[in-house]
Amino acid sequence: MRESSVALNRFGLGGRRAEAPPTDPKRWLLGQFEQFDPRPAAITALPGSSTLVTMFREARDNQREAKREAEAAESKPDIAPELRPYRALRDAYGQAAAVRTNLALTTPAPFVERLVHFWANHFAVSIDKLVTLGLAGAFEFEAIRPNVLGKFGDLLLAVERHPAMLLYLDQAQSVGPESMLGQIAARRGNARGLNENLAREILELHTLGVRSGYSQQDVTELARALTGWSVGGLAQQPLLRGPGPGYWFAAPIHQPGDRTVLGKRYGQSGEAQGEAILRDLAVHPATARHIATKLARHFGGDEPPPALIARLEQAFLSSGGDLSTVYRALIAAPEAWTGPPKFRTPWDWTLAALRAVGTENLTALMNANAFNQLGRPIWRPGSPAGWDDTAPSWAGPDALYRRVEVAERIASRAGPIDARTLAEQLFPGTLSEPTRKALAGAESPTQALALLLAAPEMMRR
Amino acid sequence: MIDRRSLLARSALLSGALFAPRLAWAAAPTERRLVFVIQRGAADGLATLAPTGDPAYAGLRGELADIGGGIKLNGMFTLHPALAQLAARYQAGEALFVHATASPYRDRSHFDGQNVLETGGKLPYDRDDGWMNRLIGLLPGGDAKALALSPAIPTALRGAASVSSYAPTNLPDASAEYLQRIGRLYAGDAQLHALWSEAVQTRAMAAGLAEDGGRGAAAAGKLAASLMTGPEGARLVMVESNGWDTHAGQRGRLSNQLGGLDAMLAALREGLGTAWADTLVIVATEFGRTAAVNGTGGTDHGTGGLAFMLGGTVKGGRVLADWPGLGQSALYEGRDLRPTTPLDAVLAGALAGHFGLDPVRAASTLFPGGNSKPLEGLIRT
Repeated sequence: MRESSVALNRFGLGGRRAEAPPTDPKRWLLGQFEQFDPRPAAITALPGSSTLVTMFREARDNQREAKREAEAAESKPDIAPELRPYRALRDAYGQAAAVRTNLALTTPAPFVERLVHFWANHFAVSIDKLVTLGLAGAFEFEAIRPNVLGKFGDLLLAVERHPAMLLYLDQAQSVGPESMLGQIAARRGNARGLNENLAREILELHTLGVRSGYSQQDVTELARALTGWSVGGLAQQPLLRGPGPGYWFAAPIHQPGDRTVLGKRYGQSGEAQGEAILRDLAVHPATARHIATKLARHFGGDEPPPALIARLEQAFLSSGGDLSTVYRALIAAPEAWTGPPKFRTPWDWTLAALRAVGTENLTALMNANAFNQLGRPIWRPGSPAGWDDTAPSWAGPDALYRRVEVAERIASRAGPIDARTLAEQLFPGTLSEPTRKALAGAESPTQALALLLAAPEMMRR
Repeated sequence: MIDRRSLLARSALLSGALFAPRLAWAAAPTERRLVFVIQRGAADGLATLAPTGDPAYAGLRGELADIGGGIKLNGMFTLHPALAQLAARYQAGEALFVHATASPYRDRSHFDGQNVLETGGKLPYDRDDGWMNRLIGLLPGGDAKALALSPAIPTALRGAASVSSYAPTNLPDASAEYLQRIGRLYAGDAQLHALWSEAVQTRAMAAGLAEDGGRGAAAAGKLAASLMTGPEGARLVMVESNGWDTHAGQRGRLSNQLGGLDAMLAALREGLGTAWADTLVIVATEFGRTAAVNGTGGTDHGTGGLAFMLGGTVKGGRVLADWPGLGQSALYEGRDLRPTTPLDAVLAGALAGHFGLDPVRAASTLFPGGNSKPLEGLIRT
């Protein structure tokens, strides 16, 4: 009974009103590997990254045009007219974000969906950069979802090659000083050069982890190796326009020569050089440790049990970073089932509440409102480090108050539901006596449902 | 009959309204009326009725010491200038202040302090019922119906005597009650209880008597009065006020709060008309605030504070204070005004005098947590 509740809430996204709790929790979790659909119809209906890159270019060009016109007219522009061209991208963002939520509300594989969210946050892009606004959804749908059950190395490469990441962390503009274009630019006196942003975050956030022993020299060498990893369809210069909108290895800006990263020499030329380095980083012991620790924190408690970290680390290393193997080790680990509960993030709590009452289809507006109000706008963590995954970031007085208010609103729209029955279904074997009493003593079915959605059980997973 | 649609009230928690009148009454065969105004958040007694004659006062209060335009009541005490109408009641002999007073509670948690003040218990949560509810049983007839205007009944009114509630129809009635239930549901969960308490306090901070320049407060006073007149009018009314927790920027905020309170009390008196002669209004808070100003132009949770009463039956025009002084060695725990007069003795004495009850019985029934002899001579006989 208890394991059923842990599987539903800690591993999954919370019980759904229409579904009975799993009778064999571990098999239920493992079975989701087969049931997960990386590319459901709701996603294929959305514009992909090549369309979105083009939309961004058009918006940018329109913005420049509008600016020029405004300057020529010498009239005072109204509020930020240059932002208007981005409305289409804002809409695309809203639709993609709603698809993300609605998939999470209806998925037959909530554990795998949770892992998608986990990886999207590990490899965070944030829409507070305009260039990321439209692409953030496509990033998750194209780079994360197809690789969530595969090798970490494949996931890493898909992520670092995605236009959203290349643009968000400035890699697309990074030019090797001795590359063909770098030399031309230098001769013309407008030197272009390296941008280390992505290289540093790859080492610090995506793979090895901060203070794991790499040096500034390693960062610079990786940055040099990655020059040329760019996005076509955006640049004005013909040489940099590429074959079309999307990822493109731009040889004219790649820094020639061998590179040395973490003491290993990489003699490949062109794109293969960066790829070889990333492949090595993907299976590095520090990466295994880093990933194992983050996963353990997500499933085993804010202070992840060392034994759990060790199990996941071992599974990662022995399988060459095979994520399904790591997840299997997680499901098999007793610490994941007995650890202290995690305080639900606003994302987790809202999904759990909506799933509990059987909501299946949020509009883009409802979706945006829900998560903005609760302090976790989708794909907007504000930094490449992503959202924090521990209680102090989310368990605030005002945050709790807002949840309590939202719980009442959700309950009031949910229609007739017997909260007492639903509670036993959502928390099989783990429902506390005070909550049971509060639901039984409520003055109306709606109030009982609101109390359930705001109950201590619901605030944690 | 009271037309419930004529009752105007807003829930502070829901609408963000600053002033949430919650009223309840019991129809009783007595003409005597009681209004209990609770100042939630620990009102600063040292700023409301400033001991300007104490040599340590100015030094401790720093930037808050100068209350320009204050009304000197005697050689020691100066009333806050925002309380001009209350000062007039004092001059008329209808207002009585009790300084350096406190309930038996000695820690500094709002919720626990309010619980002791409202239950009359010795410790927080050692009683489930409130002293106003038990008072109903002491009144002639003993079968008085009590009634709360807001959906939620405050602790002081909870208990065995039946208390029904009226809620204005334009409010989602369930919500305040729902929020109270949430508070009880979280009571056993250390993390959520702490977060919830903090959140509710913060919301209350943003709320208070100052809303609409005090118009909301005056309307509440008028409303309370209208509910207390006529043959079926209430005899016991509780009015809640929030927003007294002035940790920062106290000068302006407290001034607005007190202005609202003054307007509310004046509107109440005006609305009651001749019934004012039979009315006792008690204003009290859970505890006082630190003797010294803090680093943000405010004061922090303290101990001894101020309570006052006014009305036609009050033997007023006086400040009762066994003044402990504000010298460093005189302060309670080196920081707070030392309580020298038990608040329960004041309340028991006043209620007994006002309703003609046996003082000892009133004290033991209403304030079993206190151990003091009821103060006599507070009410005109």
